[in-house]
Amino acid sequence: MTKLDAKIPGGNLADKWTTFKSSVSLVNPSNKRSLEIIVVGSGLAGASAAASLAELGYKVKVFCFQDSPRRAHSIAAQGGINAAKNYQNDGDSVYRLFYDTIKGGDYRAREANVHRLAEVSGNIIDQCVAQGVPFAREYGGLLSNRSFGGTQVQRTFYAAGQTGQQLLLGAYSALQRQVGMGNVKMYTRHEMLDVVTIDGKARGIIARDSVTGALERHFGHAVLLCTGGYGNVFYLSTNAMGSNVTAAWKAHKKGAFFANPCYTQIHPTCIPVSGDHQSKLTLMSESLRNDGRIWVPKKENDTRKANEIPEDERDYYLERRYPAFGNLVPRDIASRAAKERCDAGFGVGTSKMAVYLDYAAAIIRYGQGEANKHNMHNPSDEEIQAMGKAVVKEKYGNLFDMYKQITGEDPYEVPMRIYPAVHYTMGGLWVDYNLMTTVPGLYALGEANFSDHGANRLGASALMQGLADGYFVIPYTIGAYLAAEIRTPAMSTDTPDFEAAEKAVRDRLETLMNIKGNKPVDYFHKRLGKIMWDECGMARSAEGLKASIKEIQALQKEFWSDVKIPGEIDNLNPELEKAGRVADFLELGELMCIDALDRDESCGGHFRTEFQTEDGEALRDDEKYAYVAAWEYEKQSKFKLHKEELKYENIKIAQRSYK
Amino acid sequence: MEGNLNLTLKIWRQKNASVAGKFETYQVSGISTDMSFLEMIDVLNNRLIEEGDDPVAFDHDCREGICGMCSMYINGRPHGPNRGVTTCQLHMRSFKDGETITVEPWRASAFPVIKDLVVNRSSFDRIIAAGGFISVNTGNAKDANNIPINKDDADEAFAAAACIGCGACVAACKNASAMLFTSAKVSQLALLPQGQIEAATRAQAMVAQMDEEGFGACSNTGACEAECPKGISIENIARMNREYFSATFTSK
Repeated sequence: MTKLDAKIPGGNLADKWTTFKSSVSLVNPSNKRSLEIIVVGSGLAGASAAASLAELGYKVKVFCFQDSPRRAHSIAAQGGINAAKNYQNDGDSVYRLFYDTIKGGDYRAREANVHRLAEVSGNIIDQCVAQGVPFAREYGGLLSNRSFGGTQVQRTFYAAGQTGQQLLLGAYSALQRQVGMGNVKMYTRHEMLDVVTIDGKARGIIARDSVTGALERHFGHAVLLCTGGYGNVFYLSTNAMGSNVTAAWKAHKKGAFFANPCYTQIHPTCIPVSGDHQSKLTLMSESLRNDGRIWVPKKENDTRKANEIPEDERDYYLERRYPAFGNLVPRDIASRAAKERCDAGFGVGTSKMAVYLDYAAAIIRYGQGEANKHNMHNPSDEEIQAMGKAVVKEKYGNLFDMYKQITGEDPYEVPMRIYPAVHYTMGGLWVDYNLMTTVPGLYALGEANFSDHGANRLGASALMQGLADGYFVIPYTIGAYLAAEIRTPAMSTDTPDFEAAEKAVRDRLETLMNIKGNKPVDYFHKRLGKIMWDECGMARSAEGLKASIKEIQALQKEFWSDVKIPGEIDNLNPELEKAGRVADFLELGELMCIDALDRDESCGGHFRTEFQTEDGEALRDDEKYAYVAAWEYEKQSKFKLHKEELKYENIKIAQRSYK
Repeated sequence: MEGNLNLTLKIWRQKNASVAGKFETYQVSGISTDMSFLEMIDVLNNRLIEEGDDPVAFDHDCREGICGMCSMYINGRPHGPNRGVTTCQLHMRSFKDGETITVEPWRASAFPVIKDLVVNRSSFDRIIAAGGFISVNTGNAKDANNIPINKDDADEAFAAAACIGCGACVAACKNASAMLFTSAKVSQLALLPQGQIEAATRAQAMVAQMDEEGFGACSNTGACEAECPKGISIENIARMNREYFSATFTSK
């Protein structure tokens, strides 16, 4: 186990981060000017890291595949960001946020990292407000909060249903400020296609300019991968079309261990699939579960319209099964409960693979509240409806509009139809306390790493983690490595290592172009997605996983002999970009199944049908599986398991209950 | 779930920035009304690939109306016929069977075509880099509730900040002006106490960069506001003009 040293500082949990910050090596300002850092990805983690490191004086290069850093998929996060501010006086604290996150993650996250995350959560809100992020406010001018799943306090800060957008634009502004000052060099429409290692250390990357097709070599004293999650391995997910695992996977093949790949989050409230043409799925924010009630008909195969089903013939199954948390149970639990009802024949809509998310009661409740506020003693039903809808519109208007655009139905009048969809990946590159992977000098931040969410992430915690890693963690922890690099001058990229890395990238691209098969990339991606969704999605079994591994291996072979990529290698070629990403997804999918098969327990988002309690809840095996599974790449289809034991010294492990 | 459409598509094809482009005509059939516009283009592209042709290049990413990457000029309007909708959120139920649909890239000299429907909008990034920020380094901030902000101002700042930077305003404008985009950022920050300290230099620097990029002047036609998928108000332009002129008159 010598290879997996998490480098967790000693001392009491609550003092570790403070002690670390006071004792970590520093790099003096003049040395910072000669140290170069490469940041790949410009979402919350990448933009905040790049801006903060440039402010400190490091020379930073940022790469993103989109046409602007502002497009990164963090922009689409809707509901909010958690912080232990206790502005609501409802008993929140750093410890409670820490506790909720560990419990929400089904006791599979690392204590020290999570506590640090909770500690810096408040600083994030301060920083964002100072940048001009327009969070929602109360009439007194102070910040507003709402609730998210898996908590009993209101600690979520938000900007309507566009919180990710506002936070990302804040980080993007900070980044562009540094670009304008010449401290950051920005490379848009550039995709990282390999990490370059020299003498075991990460020393740069090979990137492809998507417009010209030219391969470029870039040197860095350190390389930060802030490249997001790999949910698109399922083809259909709430991720953006371009979201991919390629950067992380290349790093994995260069020696970075991949941790807990099977931990994926299936989000309970998404707009259901409408047909084979579907290219992606759209999330309806978890914040909607603050006010919306989820139900299915009590009668099997009920074909009546939602509004025709009387109150006493509706089954509010989350409120029934989990009275303590009701509609705000964590995502993994809400998703499985929806699947259970639909599989049992109670689903709604034409596909019968959907449940209702209903705002009728909330509209009346808010309407009555408004009537009281305005001293209206006998308001008519119409007035109550109108006022209630106005309140709902202010809180969730953009989400309701989006639903209507996609489905053609008006959610102010009829309940929304929702179903679970792939949304987030808790697994990712293994990192130590400093966010460094098993390759020295190579870091992973945000969703790209595995560290904070265990087997299930709580809502509004992804934004928190991405910004914590970028603004407040990496600026300190990178010093531990770079302080020893001050004698390393910037290297020429005209060396055999860079040359060999570039050649390998070029060979692979040429191989892809030369297959000249019969099927477009999407054909393979869809087939992979179906295997993953059916066998490595919301429910997994040893039998299904074993069969899937074989199927995926066969699909890999088919892809490499029959994919058809049009266009040219030295021109803008989206199909070539997609092909490279799908080739990596095909390998990752296999590893996910291997990991899911290895973990003979259920925990969080990983639900093995063989391991469940009598009432269908996830059954953990803490004796055997309280570890992080970190996989080392050996060769094609061969991965070696390393274990990082998880020690809980501050929390008593218990069967997770939200009843 | 209405049924299927047969359509004629006239799409702008241009190999790269240095060669001339032209319209090509394609027929597509069996298009479900539940498809998004981009999914309809996906169908066309997969057919073109199978037939050995080069698929239509277009920008897109989130496909949920927030990243601002999609950018098609459809039947003479940025993002197509519906108000308040990006191309990715436009669904085929907005079209009729047998219709001819014309698709072009954004047209503006500050947005040069890269290929087909893909244009270069990095000029927007440079406008933000010129001043679209508050100069606060990480770690400088005080407690978030130290400065209460009037809810109406915060809401108005949010409404301006909702801009997705897609460039529809520029594409819609006969002068290819970037005033709506630039003013949205100027307004957002000017409305907040944190942003007021740099309000004057910000307005001047961003306007100067906007001019340098080759965007046209504003002639108050209002096409930008009408076509903005996020409903960014033209009042932001008035606010930017006030900020800009007061900065010019009082500049040292």
